Amino acid sequence: MAKSPEELYREREKRVLDAIALKKPDRVPVFTKFGFFAAKYSNMTMEEVMYDPEKLWKCHWKTMIEFEPDMDRNPFALMYLGPLLEALDYKQLKWPGHGLGPNVSYQFVEGEYMKADEYDMFLSDPTDFMLRRYWPRIFGALKGFEKLPIIRNIITYSMGTPFGFAPFSTPELIDALDALKKAGEKSAEIAKYARSYTEKAKEAGFPLQSGGFSQAPFDTLGDYFRGMKGSMLDMYRRPDKVIAACEKILPMMIEMAVNATKVSGNPRVFIPIHKGLDGFMSLDQFKKFYWPTLRELMVALINEGLVPCPLWEGDCTSRLETIKDIPPGKAIYAFEGTDMFKAKKILGDTVCLQGNVPGSLLSTGTPEDVKAYCKKLIDIVGEGGGFIMDSATSLEDARPENVKAMVEFTKEYGVY
Amino acid sequence: MNEKLVQLMADLDEENTIALVKELIEKGANPMDILDDARSAMEIVGKRFETGEYFIPDLMMAGEILRSISDIVKPLLEGEGGGVKKGKVLIGTVAGDIHDIGKDIVTFMVDVAGYEVLDLGIDVPVETFVEKIREFKPQVVGLSGFLTLAFDSMKQTVEALEKAGLRDSIKIMIGGGQMDDEVRKYVKADAYGKDAIAAVNLCRQWIGG
Repeated sequence: MAKSPEELYREREKRVLDAIALKKPDRVPVFTKFGFFAAKYSNMTMEEVMYDPEKLWKCHWKTMIEFEPDMDRNPFALMYLGPLLEALDYKQLKWPGHGLGPNVSYQFVEGEYMKADEYDMFLSDPTDFMLRRYWPRIFGALKGFEKLPIIRNIITYSMGTPFGFAPFSTPELIDALDALKKAGEKSAEIAKYARSYTEKAKEAGFPLQSGGFSQAPFDTLGDYFRGMKGSMLDMYRRPDKVIAACEKILPMMIEMAVNATKVSGNPRVFIPIHKGLDGFMSLDQFKKFYWPTLRELMVALINEGLVPCPLWEGDCTSRLETIKDIPPGKAIYAFEGTDMFKAKKILGDTVCLQGNVPGSLLSTGTPEDVKAYCKKLIDIVGEGGGFIMDSATSLEDARPENVKAMVEFTKEYGVY
Repeated sequence: MNEKLVQLMADLDEENTIALVKELIEKGANPMDILDDARSAMEIVGKRFETGEYFIPDLMMAGEILRSISDIVKPLLEGEGGGVKKGKVLIGTVAGDIHDIGKDIVTFMVDVAGYEVLDLGIDVPVETFVEKIREFKPQVVGLSGFLTLAFDSMKQTVEALEKAGLRDSIKIMIGGGQMDDEVRKYVKADAYGKDAIAAVNLCRQWIGG
């Protein structure tokens, strides 16, 4: 007899929870990062799913139902961003239909959105820095915020109030506030879709992979504020400021994740890892600049009853001993290019491992190649539990038959 | 050779390296010698990168120091030219991909190694590669890409070069984020390089120098 969605939901969630707790589930759970694959699979362009919420819903749902992995990912947090980002004239991303062709995946535009000499302003009041300097740089429509008064100086009738509000009468700020209103409407629409999608997934029996987002403080600083080059050179030229900025960003990253999980009701927090990977810095630099505040972030989330789920992009094999230092059975480490077998040896008693069927294999290999790769993962990394099968990267250009092979083979062969 | 200068720069001590360069210039040192020492230091940096002692931030820092030295020294070198180049290398990020950090490091390191490099930038259409390769006549072409979508762009670029009859006169290397030897086979390139030093070594192997 077919299982009810409620039963399926409980079964799948338990499978994942067992893996996180380093226990043996009934079988290896399987997850995939569909990304823009869903659009291609449903004969839609990437541009369509960036701009049309109904199409995004339709293609993602079709893909979920037909491939049926154990967990879903809410697509509304990651796509259907076109109208909102356009309302803001957002500068940090090019996306299909906006600076890129209709079928080219969105890409980040790195830059020095915070200058080297602005650390002190950031450190003294990040919100003020972001409102008057950072937002005007990353959101073209909010350029007028350059004119904002220093909010913290408007305190009472005798301090700030008499003259402090004058800038709000300037045309620049009036335009910016108008853009903000439009962005607010788009943002509310995305939130509404995201909420309904979460409900629908649950009703159909799919737990979500994550219910919150955060980043390592060094990545937040490096990705969005200082850029790759800026953050790398800062490690030489102003190391103390880099560390101070990471410490300033840490409570922001905790707060963001805790609040999101409260709204979504899902304790798993997705944390993509970028600049701390092998090759991007030395192990000493990792230990000095990157790991301390990432570890604090993960421990703080664990103490809140949440599950940190970092995705270690690229390769981080040389970091395995270092990143073992977290409370056991409380997190998921997803890997992309890291040596999974070495990871199992070193981290197997500490953290559930997730990964890592390569994008190149899924795009250019055959189903047999994929099965052989998955078999080895299940045999070695899956041994004794604590493992979730997953694609190494977002799928996008994968061949459907290869994705099918990954999911179905894991369901058959991954039974404990 | 000024041992101290080479050591300071190889150890990425920006402040003292620049101070010493200024001091040497004031004392009347030959600017050409200073540039030679900077190149020797870059050799050491490259070796340290290869052995896993240095990483990307170190290459970037070395690049910054070299740039500052060039800014001080180059104005004094007018008319002397940059010496004979060992060969020609054309580099670009393939169509659809706008990532430039890895490509820029490769361009920089290949340039420092003494090759003439033409960097076509990012999101380079297939036709542009064909046209520029025809004009520039490089011995080596480096295709860069960070995303999985670059697999097909690379494949199309290589195929277009075959059709244009240019494939046999060049060696093609690929590199970047999702690339590996599987992709190398798929796109029919000659080699996959893991990092900037691998790219330099491939140029040396194919062109010599």
